[in-house]
Amino acid sequence: MKASIIPLQDRSLLKPAVVSIAILFVLVLLPNFANTYQTQLVTYGLIAAIAAIGFNLLLGYTGLLSFGHSAYFGIGAYAVAFTVQNLGSHSMEFYILVGIPVVAIMSGLFGYICVRHTRIFFGILTLALSQVVYSLALKLYWVTGGSDGLRVPRPTLMLGLLSFSGAHGFEQFITSYYYYVLVIFVVAVSVMWVIVHSPFGKALQAIRDNEVRARFLGLRIRQFRWISFLLSGTFTGLAGILWVPLNGLTTPDVLYWTFSGEIVFTTLLGGFRNFTGPIVGGIVFTYLRTYAVATTEYWQLLLGVVLVTLVLLLPTGIVGALSRAAERLNERRR
Amino acid sequence: MGEAVAILTIQILNTLLYCSVLFLIAAGLSLIFGVMRIVNMAHGSLYAVGAYVTAWLVGRGVALGAPLGWLFLLLPVGALSVALIGMVIEPLLLRPFYRRAEEYQLLVTFGLLQILEDLMRLIWGGTPLSADTLMDALPILHIGGFYYPAYNLLVIAIGAVAALTLWVVIYNTKFGVLLRATSQDRRMASALGLNVGLVYVLAFGIGCFMAGLGGAIVVPTQAAVLGMGIDALVIAFVVVVIGGLGSLKGALVGAVIVSIVRTAGIQFFPEFELAALYVIATLVLLVRPTGLFGTA
Amino acid sequence: MTLLKTVNLRKQFGETRACDGIDFVVNKGEFLSLVGSNGAGKTTLVNLISAHLQPDSGKILLEDRDITFTTVTERIKAGIARSFQIVNLFDGLSVFDNVALSIFSREGKAMKMASLAECDGNVRREGLEVLSQFGLSGKAEVPAGGLAQGERKLLDVAVAYALRPRLLFLDEPTSGVSTHEKAQIMDTVSSVVRRGMVTAVVIEHDMDVVFRYSDRIVMMHEGSFIADGTPDEIRANKDVASILLGAPLSS
Repeated sequence: MKASIIPLQDRSLLKPAVVSIAILFVLVLLPNFANTYQTQLVTYGLIAAIAAIGFNLLLGYTGLLSFGHSAYFGIGAYAVAFTVQNLGSHSMEFYILVGIPVVAIMSGLFGYICVRHTRIFFGILTLALSQVVYSLALKLYWVTGGSDGLRVPRPTLMLGLLSFSGAHGFEQFITSYYYYVLVIFVVAVSVMWVIVHSPFGKALQAIRDNEVRARFLGLRIRQFRWISFLLSGTFTGLAGILWVPLNGLTTPDVLYWTFSGEIVFTTLLGGFRNFTGPIVGGIVFTYLRTYAVATTEYWQLLLGVVLVTLVLLLPTGIVGALSRAAERLNERRR
Repeated sequence: MGEAVAILTIQILNTLLYCSVLFLIAAGLSLIFGVMRIVNMAHGSLYAVGAYVTAWLVGRGVALGAPLGWLFLLLPVGALSVALIGMVIEPLLLRPFYRRAEEYQLLVTFGLLQILEDLMRLIWGGTPLSADTLMDALPILHIGGFYYPAYNLLVIAIGAVAALTLWVVIYNTKFGVLLRATSQDRRMASALGLNVGLVYVLAFGIGCFMAGLGGAIVVPTQAAVLGMGIDALVIAFVVVVIGGLGSLKGALVGAVIVSIVRTAGIQFFPEFELAALYVIATLVLLVRPTGLFGTA
Repeated sequence: MTLLKTVNLRKQFGETRACDGIDFVVNKGEFLSLVGSNGAGKTTLVNLISAHLQPDSGKILLEDRDITFTTVTERIKAGIARSFQIVNLFDGLSVFDNVALSIFSREGKAMKMASLAECDGNVRREGLEVLSQFGLSGKAEVPAGGLAQGERKLLDVAVAYALRPRLLFLDEPTSGVSTHEKAQIMDTVSSVVRRGMVTAVVIEHDMDVVFRYSDRIVMMHEGSFIADGTPDEIRANKDVASILLGAPLSS
């Protein structure tokens, strides 16, 4: 019995580690065989994945469905735009340094209000608060540019060591920015992985599974939910911070509640009961959406059909379905 | 009549106009939640479908040279077509989800929203669809020194009649008893031999009819445009949150409050008009999560 | 020596007096059974003592300290833990994690997010130790949702036990399992509890089980205590017999 203590950890860590390193290897080499457009698309995918793992800390691990995560993504994006406008900075590091505390404070504030409820009331509260932010961004046009939004020029990277102008500025920026985002993505995913496997993460899952029992372990439920909300919003906000220099523009659209719906969709597509689900969802959704937009004017219709089919047939998402298929295969082999 | 009085009268009429339409949308949303415990994210889109169908029918009618009076009959037709769509959607798409987690219910109706929004674009294109023939068919009233279309009064009247009818149906008919029984305890209703499936289809149909009627009567005053349903949904959410999800009285009171705040907001603080509504909704949720009249 | 005392504890639901002025005494180190028909008020009493419910009036004293108005968390800190009649586990977490969470919470480590739960050697050792005491070692990495009913009942007790309480309330630890399993579960639970010097109060319907394992038996009926004594005394008590016959027990 005592012998099982050590190997247990090894077994659970080895396989994911090998797979992650293999995937990371492919991602590092990607710009060598993909063109600028593809590289840019994968960058968007990685950013969507960061937004989704943040969102999923709340949905998958804490059991709270937010329909207002556009707020944190958008606040991140607008925080960068305001920094450009008012502080005249073009340094990406500076954007992140300013943006993270802003989204953390806002999600802490909104979260404090929202975790007073659960289930549908929680969802509507998050939706209502995100709409407050949306309507302010839309109406206070002298600050936010209204529906035209705010432009964000190409930033410099690595404390101004890398700047991008001239003939091949765009291509260079995309490649460099890809690696920049990739590094942050790896850090973000690792941090999130540690969080969900920490005692705190286990406690969140316990609260999700059984609130009453968790209370009778002496856990302060609301406090856990609040911190989870804060972390979740901050990760999604980080995605917004990274997204805006790539997009070059932020408009109130990223604050509108339908964008929150897209974040939910992304997460569900990959599978919210898995750690990797939202990552897969972020990348697949980005491709799905891009190709839907490219192939048909009615891409929303296509996405809607995919979503309904998904919910009907694959409620555990892509990763959930794949892992179940793998399990069945294993059983058959035995 | 003094100018101030005239302006006030017009503002009150505008509030009532907005209130009527809002009540129709929110009451449908609330009814559907009350009976089947589903928050229908596609509800606003169904309202938009009502507007589009009606505007399109009116356009056809005008093109075919139908007499003006007859065109008014197209309003209930627009609403009924939405009810029919709803009665197809409920058994087909929603029924598999009643036993599943809320997340899935929300997502499937969100998917439905995306589908409906694009179907409208596919069918009617991106240009606004107008039905102002109906508005022009009725006289323009003079209030003080101002002009006010009589059609708006018709909208207010239809809203009032619809509210009364719904009230009578729910509180004074046998069907209303069935509806309320099912909403209180689905399993009990089913054990008592009620056809829960039928009650659900009808309740969803009525809810959609209300939304469709809202769209039908509003479209002569403002053209049908893409995205009108998505905007309407969040406002309807505010209404039912203030009044209480699942409560008919709540939908009425919520619609009145939202309309007043909106009219006043547009007049006095246009930048914060929308934000104020959401803040009110948030405060109500915090203090009284079941809304002013909700029991859920 | 008295560990817990309630003074004139009352709780009413509408017209029903679930606890009608209960004076309850639990002595240190005993294994006490709370018996009575359904609706006698046993679970309400446990809910009041564990802060799941607030009493209408009366006092709860833990070693002469008034804990009547303390929160659930404070009562757990003071050493009162409980399990539930209907199994209450974290089905998505592994069996080990279910127990480990109690330990993390007890040691104030549940807010730690910068280290892996698995890498806490002390918690790991203690968690596996608790699991082995309850005979669940082999299932440590299985999701709790995948256990058989009897194992779930044991894990439910183990989760509460891992809080290292001084006073442990077990609400029907053997309900919903076969007679054969009942004895196994009670053997395990009573031996762990006695070895760990934990005072236990068990709600139980099966009188055979009650007579066999208890040091003392308290009987409730319609919100009041009607008998209190050793198994032998209770067996001889005519009131108890008549109530047991008058209100046949479901199990």
